[in-house]
Amino acid sequence: MRAAQAPVDLHAEQVRKFKLQDFLFHQVTLAFAFLVLAALVGILISLAMEALPVFRESGPAFLWTNVWNVPEDQYGALSAIYGTVVTSIIALVIAVPVSFGIALFLTETCPVWLRRPLGTAIELLAGVPSIIYGIWGLFVFAPLFAAHVQPHLQAALGDVPVIGGWFAGPPIGIGILTAGIVLSLMVIPFVASVMRDVFETVPPALKESAYGVGCTTWEVVIHVVLPYTRVGVIGGIMLGLGRALGETMAVTFVIGNANRIVGSLYAPGTSIASTLANEFGEADPGLHISALFALGLVLFIITFVVLAISRWLIRRSVAKQGR
Amino acid sequence: MVTEPLAQAAAAPAAAIKAEVRDLSFYYGDFKSLKGISLPIEEHKVTALIGPSGCGKSTLLRCFNRMHDLYPGNRYEGAINLFPDNVNILARDVDPIEVRMRIGMVFQKPNPFPKSIYDNVAYGLRVRGLRNKTELDDRVEKALKGAALWEEVKNRLDEVAFAMSGGQQQRLCIARALATEPELLLFDEPTSALDPIATGSIEELIQEIREQVSILIVTHNMQQAARVSDYTAYMYLGELIEFGKTDNIFVKPQRKETEDYITGRFG
Repeated sequence: MRAAQAPVDLHAEQVRKFKLQDFLFHQVTLAFAFLVLAALVGILISLAMEALPVFRESGPAFLWTNVWNVPEDQYGALSAIYGTVVTSIIALVIAVPVSFGIALFLTETCPVWLRRPLGTAIELLAGVPSIIYGIWGLFVFAPLFAAHVQPHLQAALGDVPVIGGWFAGPPIGIGILTAGIVLSLMVIPFVASVMRDVFETVPPALKESAYGVGCTTWEVVIHVVLPYTRVGVIGGIMLGLGRALGETMAVTFVIGNANRIVGSLYAPGTSIASTLANEFGEADPGLHISALFALGLVLFIITFVVLAISRWLIRRSVAKQGR
Repeated sequence: MVTEPLAQAAAAPAAAIKAEVRDLSFYYGDFKSLKGISLPIEEHKVTALIGPSGCGKSTLLRCFNRMHDLYPGNRYEGAINLFPDNVNILARDVDPIEVRMRIGMVFQKPNPFPKSIYDNVAYGLRVRGLRNKTELDDRVEKALKGAALWEEVKNRLDEVAFAMSGGQQQRLCIARALATEPELLLFDEPTSALDPIATGSIEELIQEIREQVSILIVTHNMQQAARVSDYTAYMYLGELIEFGKTDNIFVKPQRKETEDYITGRFG
């Protein structure tokens, strides 16, 4: 009797043990997952608390005030927000078409023997530390740009209405435009490799059906590959935008660090990240520190909004496809 | 030396030849997957390619619209001549896009583009530069009627093609191929992803469109080959074992291998 019952008991015990293991495993993984959430909320709260004094002083007007006067203790975020947004836009305007071309070449028309070395080179480019880009931008790119490109750009586009003003002023090399171009170089590898990866996911049968109707490679890419990979392409661009918005070191080197807004893209400016990098070291406790924290909070929110918009775009494009 | 009798055959009105495969070999890298195939494709007739999996029938079909050009390491030897102009469509100086404009293809799985029903059919026409709205409308309607789909979709041409059933999607793909009025239409196991009813309607359709276009069909369903085709070619391991009128192939095959395959003793 006992001998017959023993295995049954053993079984129940094992089930109990497994249940306990499952429960513990579930709780532990849950805790890990919540750690991320806790860190996020914690950062947000600490930024908000530190930023509170400056918002108490100038209210929400901090966001659209164009002043950054440390001796007078007056602070507004507008010039930094302007610099951040404009450099990121320039970076994307340059990086997206170039990355698209790179990805298209690598997946559709590149000879096989060249695919690997080129792909690896792009991934290596993504791994170059940003300070290297900064040094290169300041000591190599900016002087060449000032001597050989800026004057010609000015001559060619300076008299065109509306955009002419963007190319006004002395060609000194460093400035908003230079920062945007250096940023675009840093963003290209990310956007290009994401685009390449998603282009490779297009089922060959779908491409063949377009080729079968007599399409050129270009038509296949525009009408089949891009619509099919729209979601991934948007994701890649947003990844690049996220990087451009938060990039600190390279931008600090080449943007000129002037807390003002000038219509010309040749003029020096500042970005949120570069202001933080420049001023945290020597900021006195009080409003100055608080204003810097507030800038950090603003950057956090901008990045968050960009992410939200990209999610929304992706959701909308998926819904539009009717699947 | 081969050209002369063929030119005569092409001139003869009784059995006009649409295309002629001449001693065609095909290589995937080092692997020779077609070995010296020679085969005529008659105009306004259905020619079926049958044989066990891996025998090279799809490979041969895909030579006809140079689909192999899309992937590196593939190589053709020999020729496929297209009539009436007797041009070797495998020649290096012939643009594959030009070939694909003359020879359409319907694939194994229905693969409509992520566009509306109308745009799917109009696509090939637009690629060819047709912009006139009235003419586009006419050609789309004609193609959809040709594919026996018009009555079912005429009130929802703007809907996304994915909303259709599998059989409808495949008929849409046939309409898409017909819209550009190809001279030869290739079918690569067009019913293998469809249920029996949809299969029946596609087979019926193949019979009907024979009036407009010559057809080459790959199928692993022997009953289908017997039902729809006028000529049948049996292939095995990259070689053409036997070619002839479908009735002859299925009733009294000349070769033992063909008989074994058809009677189900092998394959």
